Amino acid sequence: MAVPALARQDADEPASEELAPSPRSWGRAFGDIRQAVAQRELWGHLGWQDIKQRYRRSVIGPLWITISMAVTAAALGGLYSQLFGQPIGTFMPYVTVGFMIWYFISACVLEGTETFIANEGLIRFLPAPLMIYVFRTVWRQILFFAHNVVVYVVVLAIFFGQLDEPYRMIAVVPGTDAVPGILHPGLSWWALLAIPAFVLIVVNGLWVTLLFGIISARFRDIPPVVSSFMQLFFTMTPIIWTPDLLRGGEPGSIKAVIEQLAKLNPFYHFIEIFRAPLVGQAQGWTHWAVVGAITVVGWALALVALRNYRSRVAYWV
Amino acid sequence: MVSIEVRGACVEFPIFDAKNRSLKKSVLGRAGGRISAQKVPVVEALRDVDLTLRQGDRVGLVGHNGAGKSTLLRLLAGIYEPTRGRASIRGRVAPVFDLAVGMDPEISGYENILIRGLFLGMNRREMERRVDEIAEFTELGDYLDMPLRTYSTGMRVRLALGVVTSIDPEILILDEGIGAVDAAFLEKARDRLRDLVSRSGMLVFASHSDEFLVELCDTAIWMDGGIIREQGPLRDVVSHYKGRDIFEGLSPETRRRLEGAEAGG
Repeated sequence: MAVPALARQDADEPASEELAPSPRSWGRAFGDIRQAVAQRELWGHLGWQDIKQRYRRSVIGPLWITISMAVTAAALGGLYSQLFGQPIGTFMPYVTVGFMIWYFISACVLEGTETFIANEGLIRFLPAPLMIYVFRTVWRQILFFAHNVVVYVVVLAIFFGQLDEPYRMIAVVPGTDAVPGILHPGLSWWALLAIPAFVLIVVNGLWVTLLFGIISARFRDIPPVVSSFMQLFFTMTPIIWTPDLLRGGEPGSIKAVIEQLAKLNPFYHFIEIFRAPLVGQAQGWTHWAVVGAITVVGWALALVALRNYRSRVAYWV
Repeated sequence: MVSIEVRGACVEFPIFDAKNRSLKKSVLGRAGGRISAQKVPVVEALRDVDLTLRQGDRVGLVGHNGAGKSTLLRLLAGIYEPTRGRASIRGRVAPVFDLAVGMDPEISGYENILIRGLFLGMNRREMERRVDEIAEFTELGDYLDMPLRTYSTGMRVRLALGVVTSIDPEILILDEGIGAVDAAFLEKARDRLRDLVSRSGMLVFASHSDEFLVELCDTAIWMDGGIIREQGPLRDVVSHYKGRDIFEGLSPETRRRLEGAEAGG
């Protein structure tokens, strides 16, 4: 049977005699990332589909996501402000922004562990760079986050007066004689620092999704373990409590020890770089330094995992 | 130029059970100093595969169930990278293994067309250009606005076939099972399939159907127990596999089509 003539001519590459680089190579790892970036229409569309899925057939649609966050923030903010004896005008915005960014970070971590497991069907039927699924997951979280920004705008409008001038979260730290709460400068144009902060958090979301996704594809007890740890971290991170409350402990007392432990919590720093500018709080460069260091180390680990195990994920899921 | 080169490739699947899947058990096992079987058993699906495919090749793939055809197709598609040996794939691969993959039952037929196309390597603009032509081919009419879960199986297959046959693949990899449509539609699909193949740079097609193989392919590979048992001209290899000369069992129409192609080609 004669071979039909081809209708298409492909761009000719010089036919090389050497075979492709080994599956475990930096070339393939970076090629994977590059190709996934090129296919952004695909994961962009899929991420959007994931969001639309959540409010398909629901009455209030995307508002559902925003309202549920607003109600949680309002309820917990109201309750804990009274429990800690803190003025609600500054505590409510603090809790709201803390929640917003915590939801984003914890969803990146939790859904990150499930990234490849959840996309198992696609991975085994279609050749695609691994990073597509990573980008899809993080992009989905960004879209969710965008829904919740509305709540910040509303809260800012309501409590603008209290946030616009210097304030303390608490007048005197309970349990001490006269240690005052930290004096915060109030809102200023430094609030724009939240944008690079968010970008940096997204960059971290990517390596967490990639690294934990790969590990969880191989070891299936990781997702529940991570989930338990995240619940612990939520309590240990100053979201519904302020770090002020831990000041003034005698050196060597439990209070002082816990104050130091709280600073070791990486999530504390991630939340601070985003929240402090948005509610006019005092900002510290140490938080940025810690986040920067974690970004570098985290990406280094994730890239090594990508290089070594990229080709194995299809066998593991 | 598209090409696929495979040298000494092996594909070994690790078999995980609950013990091997657990990080805790792996760590504890090592800490206990046992050298014993924390090793994961593997299934060797492909062994020592050597293959060179070039632009213009039309390769049929035959073999019993479990011989490794689907695994080989996935290796050629780039889904599984060989655990030993090398595979080099140059060109954009359009794999068609399961017509339902990438289809979301909750979204409309039109949106599924778009997503499937995106998965097959087209971009949004290209898919939007083809949507009308696909819609006409599938004959689904107003159903295209409805969610996929309202479709019957045959309708889904039509939709998937419509999308798959509209792309311009450089390397087309087909697994059997695309013939699951009614006879009338199959006639329409057959021509479109032939068109698709003629537009492709390369075809690898796994099938049990003599008719399809004879129409679409000119060489063949016989897989048996994970290795390539025979490679060569279609008629020889498939006849050896089936134990009879396949050209004799063909329907008159197919024969006519073949002769027509030979005369015109």
